[in-house]
Amino acid sequence: MNALISTALSGVVLMFVGLFARKQHIKFFAIAAIIIAFIANLAQYPSVELGGYTMYGMIEVTKFSIIFNAVAIGSTLLYFLLSGSEFEKVGEHVGDYFALVFFILAGISLAATFSNLLMLFLAIEIMSIPQYILAGSDKKNLKSNEAALKYFLMGCFSTGVLLMGITLIYGSAGTFEIASLGLGAENVSPLALCGTILIAFALAFKVSAVPFHFWTPDVYDGSPTVFTSFMATVVKAGGFIAFVRLFHIGFAGGEISSHWMLLLAVITALTLVLGNFTAVFQQSVKRMLAYSSIAQAGFMMFAVIAMNLAAAQGIVLYAAAYSIATIGIFAVLLRLKDYTFEGFNGLAKKEPVLAFAVTVFLFSLAGIPVTAGFFAKYFVLAAAIQQGHLLWLVILAVLCAAISVYYYFRVIIAMYFKQGEPQVEPVSGGFKAGLIFTVILVLALGLFPNLLLCWL
Amino acid sequence: MLTVLLILIPFIAGLIAFGLKGSGPKVLAVISSLATVATAIGAWCRLGTAPDSLSFAANWIPQLGSQFRVGLDGMGMMLCLLTAIAFLLVFISIYNRNYDSSNSFYGLMLLSQAGLTGVFTAYDALQFYIFWELALIPVYFLCSLWGGDKRIAVTFKFFVYTFLGSLLMLVGIIYLYTQNPDHSFSWESFTNLHLGADQQNWLFWLFFVAFAIKMPVFPFHTWQPDTYEQSPTPVTMILSGIMVKMGLFGVIRWLVPVLPEGVHMWTDAAIVLSIIGIIYASCIAMVQSDLKRLIAYSSIAHIGLMSAAIFSHTEQGMQGVLLQMFNHGINIIGLWIIVEIIQQRFNIKNMDELGGIAQKAPRMAIFLVIISLANIGLPLTNGFVGEFLMFSGLFQYNHWFMAVAGLGIILAAVYTLNMIQKVMFGNANALTETTTDLQPSEMLALSLVVAIILILGVYPKPILDLVSNTTAVVLKF
Repeated sequence: MNALISTALSGVVLMFVGLFARKQHIKFFAIAAIIIAFIANLAQYPSVELGGYTMYGMIEVTKFSIIFNAVAIGSTLLYFLLSGSEFEKVGEHVGDYFALVFFILAGISLAATFSNLLMLFLAIEIMSIPQYILAGSDKKNLKSNEAALKYFLMGCFSTGVLLMGITLIYGSAGTFEIASLGLGAENVSPLALCGTILIAFALAFKVSAVPFHFWTPDVYDGSPTVFTSFMATVVKAGGFIAFVRLFHIGFAGGEISSHWMLLLAVITALTLVLGNFTAVFQQSVKRMLAYSSIAQAGFMMFAVIAMNLAAAQGIVLYAAAYSIATIGIFAVLLRLKDYTFEGFNGLAKKEPVLAFAVTVFLFSLAGIPVTAGFFAKYFVLAAAIQQGHLLWLVILAVLCAAISVYYYFRVIIAMYFKQGEPQVEPVSGGFKAGLIFTVILVLALGLFPNLLLCWL
Repeated sequence: MLTVLLILIPFIAGLIAFGLKGSGPKVLAVISSLATVATAIGAWCRLGTAPDSLSFAANWIPQLGSQFRVGLDGMGMMLCLLTAIAFLLVFISIYNRNYDSSNSFYGLMLLSQAGLTGVFTAYDALQFYIFWELALIPVYFLCSLWGGDKRIAVTFKFFVYTFLGSLLMLVGIIYLYTQNPDHSFSWESFTNLHLGADQQNWLFWLFFVAFAIKMPVFPFHTWQPDTYEQSPTPVTMILSGIMVKMGLFGVIRWLVPVLPEGVHMWTDAAIVLSIIGIIYASCIAMVQSDLKRLIAYSSIAHIGLMSAAIFSHTEQGMQGVLLQMFNHGINIIGLWIIVEIIQQRFNIKNMDELGGIAQKAPRMAIFLVIISLANIGLPLTNGFVGEFLMFSGLFQYNHWFMAVAGLGIILAAVYTLNMIQKVMFGNANALTETTTDLQPSEMLALSLVVAIILILGVYPKPILDLVSNTTAVVLKF
């Protein structure tokens, strides 16, 4: 609850700061605001440690949601620290961009706490609309405009589908409260089944699962890179937390879960295969990361399908591992002139710290031990194996993880084993310190995942 | 605590080595490996009197019930000793070489030593998996940075192969964990699982593929000759001397005790694959003219025999394997040291272009002949004892298997003697005429190898006694 209020207020404040403060100073206000939001969110933890509470049947605050919000806000803090100065290069309205990021965060914290389908709808919309604007924020650029328009049209369509699904569910259950939908008690009514499927499709669109992913590469590629970095990480994790909450609480148990579980298993399989195979053929690191985000979404889908404790732990850990690593890679990418793989050639010689950090982040994305990504993958796979019946999907995921090594290691090979003169903007000592801190965070979570898990 | 030291010494030395300059890294590497050998010998002495003092456990991830648990039994002790000795030999033999950015080279070498030791001492499945992967990362960078012309593609293939194998193993480990009522990854609880035959049936393959890729067993071997050829020779020594033992170790420590029925069901399949590997690799080795590839294929053949002997599940076979793991490590490192010298002197690996080295460098010739004969398994060398035991174990299981596998010995004699003849004897040509004999550091390393070969050839009892408790434990399952 504190997270929701503090991020929404920060957004409003940042809009006014944008009017008065100088362009270069706005990011310091944003960083201060996000630190306050982070603390405010965690300050609520002691009060819900023994049990959550519900507000007006709309919002349910639990320690799980607080920790998820902490991950989202913490990742955004890292994002501001590493890439905050890049906001100024996008356009004139720097304050607005920061404000929009805060509004997205407000949407995410709502997505982590909703207990009512109406709130779900609000959360998804609050998360989406600022993204449409951010995608098109580079006004003079044709690709940015295309990205915004494409995202907006398809996003609106999926919102319509979501609303339709909610309506059908309401028609069947007679309530919006996700805890008391009771859809799967005996036999599933066709109305409820249709509603579930429509909602699943709409949320699959938001998290860019195959076959609803077509917008992803173009939007991520066309948007200003600094915003792609945010959209592909924290926002995607936010979509997943909504997905997990709704399906684990609202649609769990009984007949209905067997219906959607098969559907989502197929979507997961498609996402894994298509995301990984297409990423292999990319020539630009930015596009590769777009497809990699689809592939990673495939792994996070495991947390939705498998309904157990490991899945809940897995989604939080995965959100943290994936967001931190990808934000780190994008932060380095932003400093490069050339986004192709060749652009990384010889980076290890020129900027050893940057190259080392990117290597650790890529290891984390590939799921190699001692990085956070390993335990993230471990938990989602363990959740699926515990669930039973899903072993085929786990084996498929493992094969895909081996493929993912191919495109992640292409960057490492370029940086360390190829010769070249990469064009890098001069980087400050502060930026390097930030990167090192992020590396330490990734390694710490990889060695001791209980640093995060002990709070759940 | 000694066990933890075995991992910590090379790990810390490796981290320090990154920051040193000039000849600092190589001095540090030699010192650290001497210290590790001393620690290993100290642990060996303790093993007889106070084996419990070698175990160490600390809470690691309480939510999962995973612990940081290290310990040493006979096999683990033997392999830690091998690792320590092997790295010492490698560092001595390359002491006169200068590598580009030697701080990273030695740093990565030492880190890989720490990873390998971690694998051999792990008694917690998750920790085992993590060390299994960690041992790979430094080797990947070593091969890709200091290897031959095709190194990047070749090393990448190697990495993806082994990574895929280990991921399958991870699935297996997680599955076993979910079946485990204790919520623990410890070796003891895994061996107490007694899963149904239908589960063990497919779980076997998840583990076997991971280990078979590492060994490598036919048909999972295709990464190996290329990688051995393209890697810098010191790394090849580590790969062939120690890393392949990870696969054998995995089978003995984890596969056989945890999935006994699965192993029982697929014994014949595993032995047949191993034997195909022996014959196939030996045949290819006979027609190789590239020195490094020849040794690579001969290594596949030897590993095939060891893997077949493990699955024979007899006391003699198992003792033979454990002894041969040590011997093969020493012998093949000896061979690679000589290959490295030849490659440094003449900058070619093609045997047809060599010849007549014996006249100019008689000492090198003597060493090569002794080590090669040990590699074939001639009596009075260390190779003989191990091979004899393995064949006798295989014979007890099925004499037809033994008969076919025995062909491998004859073929080994053919390609090895052919190799000696081409490289050392005959007339010197323009290239080899000017060569000089061994340098002191090379002499020292090779003398150590030959001393171990002869001592263990005559008196293998220390190693056999050391590993006998492992054999007894494994055969109970």
